Amino acid sequence: MLEATILTIITAATPLLFAAIGELVTERSGVLNLGVEGMMVMGAVAGFGTALTTGSPLLGILAAALAGMGLALVFAFLTQTLVTNQVASGLALTLFGIGVSGLVGERFVGQPGVRLEKLSIPGLTDLPVVGKILFGQDLLVYLSVALVLAVGHVLFRTRTGLVIRAVGDNHGSAHALGYRVTAVRTGAILFGGACSGLGGGYLSLAYTPQWVENMTAGRGWIALALVVFSSWLPLRAMVGAYLFATVTILGFAAQGFGLGVPAQFLSSLPYLVTIVALVIISKNRLVMRANTPACLGQSFVPDR
Amino acid sequence: MRIELEKRPERAAVFAWASPLIAIALTVVTGGIIFALAGVNPLLGLYVFFVEPFTTLWSIEELIVKATPLVLIGVGLSVAYRANVWNIGAEGQFTMGAVFGAAVPILATSWNTPLTLVAMLVLGVIGGMVWGAIPALLKTKTGANEILTSLMLVYVAGLLLDWLVRGPWRDPKGYNFPKSVSFEDWQTMPLLGEGRVNIGALVALAAALILWVVMSRTLKGFEVRVLGQAPRAGRFAGFSSDRMVLFAFLLSGGLAGLAGIMELAGTVGQLQPGISPGYGFTAIIVAFLGRLNPIGVVFAGLVLAVSYLGGEAAQVGLGISDKTARVFQGILLFYILACDTLILYRIRIVGRSPAEGRAHA
Repeated sequence: MLEATILTIITAATPLLFAAIGELVTERSGVLNLGVEGMMVMGAVAGFGTALTTGSPLLGILAAALAGMGLALVFAFLTQTLVTNQVASGLALTLFGIGVSGLVGERFVGQPGVRLEKLSIPGLTDLPVVGKILFGQDLLVYLSVALVLAVGHVLFRTRTGLVIRAVGDNHGSAHALGYRVTAVRTGAILFGGACSGLGGGYLSLAYTPQWVENMTAGRGWIALALVVFSSWLPLRAMVGAYLFATVTILGFAAQGFGLGVPAQFLSSLPYLVTIVALVIISKNRLVMRANTPACLGQSFVPDR
Repeated sequence: MRIELEKRPERAAVFAWASPLIAIALTVVTGGIIFALAGVNPLLGLYVFFVEPFTTLWSIEELIVKATPLVLIGVGLSVAYRANVWNIGAEGQFTMGAVFGAAVPILATSWNTPLTLVAMLVLGVIGGMVWGAIPALLKTKTGANEILTSLMLVYVAGLLLDWLVRGPWRDPKGYNFPKSVSFEDWQTMPLLGEGRVNIGALVALAAALILWVVMSRTLKGFEVRVLGQAPRAGRFAGFSSDRMVLFAFLLSGGLAGLAGIMELAGTVGQLQPGISPGYGFTAIIVAFLGRLNPIGVVFAGLVLAVSYLGGEAAQVGLGISDKTARVFQGILLFYILACDTLILYRIRIVGRSPAEGRAHA
C-alpha cells in the first residue's frame, strides 16, 4: 500500500519536475515564458505519436523534447529578436500549442499507446520496500533527478551558470561586459522548451500511455507556480514537485477510504494547493527579493 | 544575415493602425498554407472559413451572437492589460458569472417577473467580480502572482460547475443528464428581431462605448494608462497600484461574469458543462487585436467570432477539424505581437556588416 502510493507520487511529480526545472533556467536568464502548458502539450502529442508510429518509446522521448524546443524557438524569435511582450507571447504559445496538439492528435484519440517500460534489475529491483522505488523506475524519472542536480551544479558552480544569472539579474551590465544577452537567453529558452516537452512526453508515454486532448490539464501552469515556490533554486523545485504530488495523491487516496467528498472537490485540490503555495512563498518578501531574477520579464534591446 | 531592430524616434502612427490589419492578412495567408497541407484547395478553404460567415443573414446573426461575449470580456481585459494587470482567468470569471446568475432560475423555478432577469444579471456580475477579487486580493495582500492564481481559479470554477450540474442543481426530471432546469420566459434574454441575436449584443456595445469614454476622457482612464506605463510616476501622482489591481480585476471580472450569465440566459438556456467554447481565453486575443482600445475590441471581437463560425463551417463543408480555428487564433496572436514591433522599431535585415567581417578576420 505504502509502496504503491510512493510509486504514484513519483509518477505524478516527474512531469512537473521536468517542466519546472526547464522554466527555472529560462527565468534565471531573465525570461518569463508562460508557454509551458503549450510546450508540454505539444511534447505529449509528439511523444505519443512518434512512439505509436515507430513503436519506440525512446524515439517518442526524443520527439517530445524536440517538439517543446520547436515551440520554444518561436517564443525565442518573438521575444528576443522582435522584443515582443513576454507575457502575451507566452500566452500565445499556450493557445497555439493547445490548438495544434488537438489538431495533430485527433487521429490518436482512443488508440492504445506505447508505454515506456520501467527498469528491472534482477536482484536490486526485487529488494523489499526500496527495490521498486529506487531501482524500478523508468528512464525519465532518473533523468529528471539527474537534470535537477546538473542544473544546480551548472547554475551555481560554473562560469556558464554565472553568465546566465548575470544576464537575468542585470542585462545592461552583462551586455556592457561583452556577454551576448540575446544568445544566452535564447539558449535558456530552448533548454526550457526541451524540458517542458519531456514533461509532456512523460504524461503520454509513462503516466497514462494514451492521448487525450488537453491532457496536461494545467500542469504547465502548476510548474510555473513551482518555480516561484522554489524561489528559483533547483533542489527546492524538486522538493516542491514531490511535496505537491504527495498532497495531490493523498487527497485522492483519502477518497478511497470512503471520505464523502465529491470527486470534483478532490480534482480541484492541485489547483487550490498551488494557490496556497504561491501565497505562502510570496508572503516571504525576504526570500523573494533575494532570489527573483531582477530582470525577469523585461525585454532587452542592445544599443548600437 | 540577421534581423536588427532600430528604435524609431517616435511611435509610428501608421503601424498603430496597420499592424492589426497586417496581422490578419498574414494569418489568412498562413491559413491557406495550412489548408494546402491538409489537402484542401486553399482558396476554397479560405472562402469557406473567412468569407462564407458573411454571406447569409443567418450567419451574420450568428457572428453577432458569438462576438457578444468576446467583446464584453475583451473590453474588460483591455482595460486591465492597459493598467499592466494580468487577468488571465476570464474563463473562470465567465463560468462563475453563469453559476451565480443561474442560481435564480434554478432555486426559484417559477419566479417569472420582469425583475427575474435583472436579478440574474446582477448576480452574474457579482459572481465574476467575486472570482476576480480573489487573485486581486491575493496579489495586493501577499504579492502572489495574479497570472497564476487567476488561471488556477479557471480550473476550480470548471470543476465547481461540473459538481453543481451533476449534483445539487441537476434537473430531477432531466433523465440524469448533467443539466439544470431549462430557463423560462422572464429568465431569458429578450431577442432583437426574429433571429437569435438578443439584447446582450447592445449591452456589449454599450460597455465598449462607456469604457472608451472612461479610458480617453476621464481621470480614471488617465490613471489606468499612467500606472500601466510608468508605475513609479503614477505613485508620485498619488495613484495607488494596489487599488488599481483591485479595480481592474473587479471590472474585467464583472464584465466576464456578465458575459457568462448573458450567454446562459441568451443562447444556452440552462446550466450545463461546457458553456464556453474558450471565450475567456479567446478574449485575450480580442483585447490585443483591438489594440487594448475598447472600440478596437468591438471589431476584433467580430474577427475572432469569424474564426469560431469559420471553424464550424470548415468542419461541415470541408471535413477539416474544427480545432483548426484554435490554431488560427494562436497564429493570429503571434502575428499581432510581431507586427506591434513595427510601431516602435524599424526592422532591418542585415547581411554581415563590414565591421563584423573585419573583427572575424
